[in-house]
Amino acid sequence: MPKTAARASHSAPAATDVRTGEAAHAAAPRSGRAVFRNALIPALAVLLATLCVASAGIGAVAVPFEEVAGSLFGGTGPHDAVLWQIRFPRVALSVLIGASLGVAGAAMQGVFGNPLAEPGVIGVSSGAAVGAVGTIVLGFSAFGEWSVTVAAFLGGLIATFVVYLLSRSNGRTEVVTLVLTGIAVNAVAGAVVGLLTFLADDAQLRSISFWSLGSLGGATWPVVAGVLPFAVAGLVLVPLFARALDVLALGERSARHLGVDTERIRLGVILLAALLTGAAVAAAGIIGFVGLVVPHLVRLVAGPGHRVLLPASALAGAIVLLAADLVARTVAVPAELPIGVLTALLGGPFFLWLLRRTRAGQGGWA
Amino acid sequence: MIDADSVSLSVGSTPLLSEVSMRVAAGELVAVVGPNGAGKSSLLSVLAGDVAPSSGSVTLDGLPLRSLRPARLARMRAVLPQRVTVAFPFTVAEVVAMGLYGSRLTAPEEEEVVSGAMAATDVAHLAGRAYPTLSGGEQARVSLARVLAQRAPVLLLDEPTAALDIRHQEQVMGVARDRSLAEDAVAVVLHDLNLAAAYADRVVVMRSGVVVADGAPAEVLASDMLSEVYGCAVDVHHGDGGLMVAPRRAR
Repeated sequence: MPKTAARASHSAPAATDVRTGEAAHAAAPRSGRAVFRNALIPALAVLLATLCVASAGIGAVAVPFEEVAGSLFGGTGPHDAVLWQIRFPRVALSVLIGASLGVAGAAMQGVFGNPLAEPGVIGVSSGAAVGAVGTIVLGFSAFGEWSVTVAAFLGGLIATFVVYLLSRSNGRTEVVTLVLTGIAVNAVAGAVVGLLTFLADDAQLRSISFWSLGSLGGATWPVVAGVLPFAVAGLVLVPLFARALDVLALGERSARHLGVDTERIRLGVILLAALLTGAAVAAAGIIGFVGLVVPHLVRLVAGPGHRVLLPASALAGAIVLLAADLVARTVAVPAELPIGVLTALLGGPFFLWLLRRTRAGQGGWA
Repeated sequence: MIDADSVSLSVGSTPLLSEVSMRVAAGELVAVVGPNGAGKSSLLSVLAGDVAPSSGSVTLDGLPLRSLRPARLARMRAVLPQRVTVAFPFTVAEVVAMGLYGSRLTAPEEEEVVSGAMAATDVAHLAGRAYPTLSGGEQARVSLARVLAQRAPVLLLDEPTAALDIRHQEQVMGVARDRSLAEDAVAVVLHDLNLAAAYADRVVVMRSGVVVADGAPAEVLASDMLSEVYGCAVDVHHGDGGLMVAPRRAR
């Protein structure tokens, strides 16, 4: 056991606990997984960039690849209006929301030490929808044009903390308790949305179905600008917790023994995940399964370490949502499928497959 | 190094510890033994700072435990719980490296500490395996390696040998003794009285939340006292290999 001079040198102050190096993996053998891990983020970035350009070119009016690329870099062309007023804001919103949902899902799973935690499963999405729908129907406008976003954010936050507080016992969140608590909170939130639906007039009903099915059809630059600060704050700040989230996999007690300030970390991560999800739901309604499935996919390729998992989940989430939106708006032209319906339709069976595969292959998630 | 002074702990109206005093000095290996439910793990939780005692105080290196932040505490003491589950399929090497949370080592230094810790508990050959796929005994040794990687001068180990085969029991107790010889303070909860006799500098015997004996193994581990504490006739033999404890069985 080499104690060396390390005891003297490991007197780092608590504030620098969160590190960004690759050191934790240094001792791991150079396996195939390490190769995938290093290649994953660049590969996802290239795929996302390609998909962005492709998606902007595809639609009711086809725009050639060269014109999309040229327009992005300041060129002009015959389709500038379509690109800049319809396609680009929609692509930007898809990327922001997909990345937000992917990171929020990965962060939630990490902080609960539980592979089933997802903004949707634990009620944050439906809590946010209650806030948003309640604002629409009751005409609450204390925060002006930000009222819906603020209410969605607060609704998501409250639902998250209710589930979190109710499902903890002995410092650990049990899978069964968590899911059951989430079901209960989702049921209550669903009932409230139902009640508001009952009270709503025709115009409000349309808005409500928008929330509950999810859609990126409302994408405009102001909407993008509304989501941007929340998404950027979350995407930048969540990875700071990467190392602590790794250690939380040992359970709260052992994490604390290793110096993790578990209460502070949990509070910070849950706030950020609720912020990411709340902003996403405010702009596009409930889009399920992205936050649940994307982190699992990334773990299959790159392992569970959060330093890669968090940014890779952001990129993969953006890719998945961009692709889903492309399908949603092109598969039944001129109609547009609600994207939340599409992600749940594809994500549900896929998650089942993933569950069985993981159970068989690596001894399960827990 | 670590000093509990008349510590009491109750959950609801059930007393788990009553007026327990115990200290572990630097360079000392102390075994805590006693029947199931004696309060051994509760004592360890209080020493670790997991739970605050209802009365009494615990000091670490002269500082009240409650005044220390988690990060500071982690540099002063490491804890091995009875069983650690890991929520995601982290590899063994990654789990051991978690012991370095908050330390500021370069990557080569980390690698050296991690591989040293894995070698000490004989898990180096498992380095690339996912922790959840390991057997109970393998998981226990990996967790011990993680605790060693923390390199804290106070070690609190709760039944580190419970799931281990005889070879690894000896190896793990050897590691604990090496740490005490290197001037660390080591407290180990044990069920195996022979291991306690062979490795401990001092044995603390608990029953019903009270310390009933505290002293050198040869003084404390006596037939009468053990028979009474465990409610079971126990013989103590003094042989060439040191002290041997065995239940008296009807033939």
